[in-house]
Amino acid sequence: MTTEHGPLILVVDDYQDAREMYAEYLQYSGFRVAEAKNGNEAVAQARSLKPDLILMDLSLPGMDGWEATRVLKADEETRHIPIVALTGHALAGASEGARKAGCDSFVTKPCLPDDLVVEVRRMLNAVKQG
Amino acid sequence: MRLELLEYYLLHYEDLPRCAQASLEWLARHAGVRRSICLAMDGDAGLLVGVAGVGVSADDLEEYSAPLSHTHDPLVRALTAPAPTTLRSGRDNGLARHPGFGSASVLAVPLRGDRHDDGDAVGLLLVKAGTPVTGSVNWLATVLGQKLDQIRGRGSLTEELRKLRRERALFFTIINSVTDPIMLTDTEGRLIVANSRAEKLFAATEEESEGRRRAVELNNMLFSAALSRTVVEAPSEARELLLVDPSDGSDLLFEVLSTTVEDPREGTGIVSVLRNITDLRRATEQIEENYQRLRVAESAVRAERDRLNLIIDSVADPIIVTDQSGATVLMNDPSEELFTVAAEAPSTAQRTVQSNDAHFSSFISGLLLGESGPGEIRRGEIGLMNPLSGEPIPVEAIAGKVLTETGELTAVVTILHDRREALERTRLYEQLRVASDELQMRVQSATAELATQNELLRRQAIELEQASRLKSQFLANMSHEFRTPLNAILGYTHMLLQGVAGDLPANIRRQLTRIDSNGRHLLTIINEILDITRIEAGKMPMQVSEFNLNELVPEVMTELDPVISRSKLTVTSRLCADAPVMISDRQKVKQVIVNLLSNALKFTHQGGIEIGVDFDASSRIATITVTDTGIGIAPEHHDKIFEDFRQVDDSPSRQYGGTGLGLAICRRLASALGGRITLQSRLGEGSTFTLTIPAEAPQ
Repeated sequence: MTTEHGPLILVVDDYQDAREMYAEYLQYSGFRVAEAKNGNEAVAQARSLKPDLILMDLSLPGMDGWEATRVLKADEETRHIPIVALTGHALAGASEGARKAGCDSFVTKPCLPDDLVVEVRRMLNAVKQG
Repeated sequence: MRLELLEYYLLHYEDLPRCAQASLEWLARHAGVRRSICLAMDGDAGLLVGVAGVGVSADDLEEYSAPLSHTHDPLVRALTAPAPTTLRSGRDNGLARHPGFGSASVLAVPLRGDRHDDGDAVGLLLVKAGTPVTGSVNWLATVLGQKLDQIRGRGSLTEELRKLRRERALFFTIINSVTDPIMLTDTEGRLIVANSRAEKLFAATEEESEGRRRAVELNNMLFSAALSRTVVEAPSEARELLLVDPSDGSDLLFEVLSTTVEDPREGTGIVSVLRNITDLRRATEQIEENYQRLRVAESAVRAERDRLNLIIDSVADPIIVTDQSGATVLMNDPSEELFTVAAEAPSTAQRTVQSNDAHFSSFISGLLLGESGPGEIRRGEIGLMNPLSGEPIPVEAIAGKVLTETGELTAVVTILHDRREALERTRLYEQLRVASDELQMRVQSATAELATQNELLRRQAIELEQASRLKSQFLANMSHEFRTPLNAILGYTHMLLQGVAGDLPANIRRQLTRIDSNGRHLLTIINEILDITRIEAGKMPMQVSEFNLNELVPEVMTELDPVISRSKLTVTSRLCADAPVMISDRQKVKQVIVNLLSNALKFTHQGGIEIGVDFDASSRIATITVTDTGIGIAPEHHDKIFEDFRQVDDSPSRQYGGTGLGLAICRRLASALGGRITLQSRLGEGSTFTLTIPAEAPQ
């Protein structure tokens, strides 16, 4: 059910099972999907592909999600791309840290694929309207 | 009366002065001529001399001596005058005055004898001018003149006169030299002869003051009265006589010694000697008074001394009073026990007393000899012994000086204070101090040990805290690590159930549903463990905001609506009209209510659940009660259910799911909100959980 014309979502996660699960469900839900497994890849992909939205896991090897977000939000070319942070750290302050780094939204894992798609659609609509 | 004179005097007296004197006295008595002088001619010596006088002194009388050859002398002239001549003062007689008459003029009456018809007088009678020359005077002048003439004819007047005068002068010198008044009176007390002292009391001239004369008169009366009594009662006994001093009116007390004398010519007379005993009496009275005073003082002193003795003896401490030489003046009973001993006492006791005495003496000698300041107190310790028992008695001696008003040392008072008791106290105190020191040392060592233990505990506490923090961190990490795979499990299960892989046979769908529900359960457990960990790690800080319970409760009910609908129970809310604006952590309050309502739903099979909101305005405490008609909890399990991972039924085959962490979390949250959770329940009768929190959460 891959759609050629759906919005492009960049899924950044070092855990392959989770990354592929979300990618598969997003494609199933009508989005185009690109994947990155660390911060560096995420920044490179974002710059080359200019996705409509980035799903960013924050705990990443090498350059982590916060750092990658800061880099992208500091870049004229990529700063308009909404970034939805994904984190397994439900501790208080995690979302605050993510917003400070420049994330536009925040989702706590575990997050059912269905719920994630709801959030992605909401963010895209917000961008469209904004 | 004239006869009396003739009979007694003129006839009997043969010597001229006596005869003249008697005549003048007669004149004084009977004619009231109180002052008169008789002058007689001494033919051999060629002198006119005074031979007798009344009311004039012997010295005055002697002044009258005029040679007959001095024919211009007024007296000599008067001798030859045919009638009495008045001699004026100062001029007419060549003398400065008329001795005995003061400044008054004098009437000189010539005395003529029978034999000399030539008219020359043989003497002169001098009376005060102005004295009425009565018949008595004239008569006396005639009689006396004849008598003088007769006597003159018989012998030498001068010789006799000189002798008489010498005797008389001597006599007066003698009696005047006696300091006591002496006088010769007749039996009625009339003065015949008196010495000058007596005259001062009993004689007064016209010229003298009224007061003085009256005093003299009074004295005469008193004396006469006394004399008459003497004569009648006890002739030779001394009597006391109170007279008045004419010069100043004061009382004079005399002792009168009277002796009756018989003179063949003069008759009975009384010689009285008056001894002034006024001063003597006064002195006697003074002595008497002093003696009385002395007696009183002595008795007061005695009483004082008795009282002092009583006081001194009643003092338990020995007291010794010594004089300035160090000799003991006074000691009380306790002192006597130390410093005196019976003569028959054993020689050891005698020696002890001597030794005590020597110790004491050397102690006070410093005070007696040394620097003496008033009020100086000397203190010292003396080692005495009990003479009878030989027991040593250490005493503290305190000695003070007793000074006279002039600052001379009269006595030293020493108090000896037995120091045995004090020493014993000191010894006990020392023991107590040692014990106290030991105790203090023990306390110190115990305290030190306690401090060590505390330090140890503190370190252990730090270690425990670190361990706890590590545990929390570990659990946080673990839960994260759990979530990652769980995320994939739940995600893929969900995708399959959503039909990502196409339609599934019913049995596979049922199996996937089991995976899903168990996965969700596992997630709940992990979340709850994470909550507890977060609370304990302090990573769930208070987020205070304003909210209303009347809004929060329906919100919770709405959130749990899917579960409520499935349960088919009646869930109602009872809101509070005066619910306050809460200033607390809305999220935490909500979590507790959600938890309590979830539990009620889980353990209630029929009936209903009511959530009530109440507020006590005075204590500003809000309560949220969740009451169910569920299975209830036996009282013995009321505490257990608030513990971690606990349900009433802990067995693996238990009927109700859940981690058993819900109430434990609620308890921690309530505590964080400054409140608590209580339970009222009995097995089978439903339960009421009550969350009690302050409207304003503590910061």
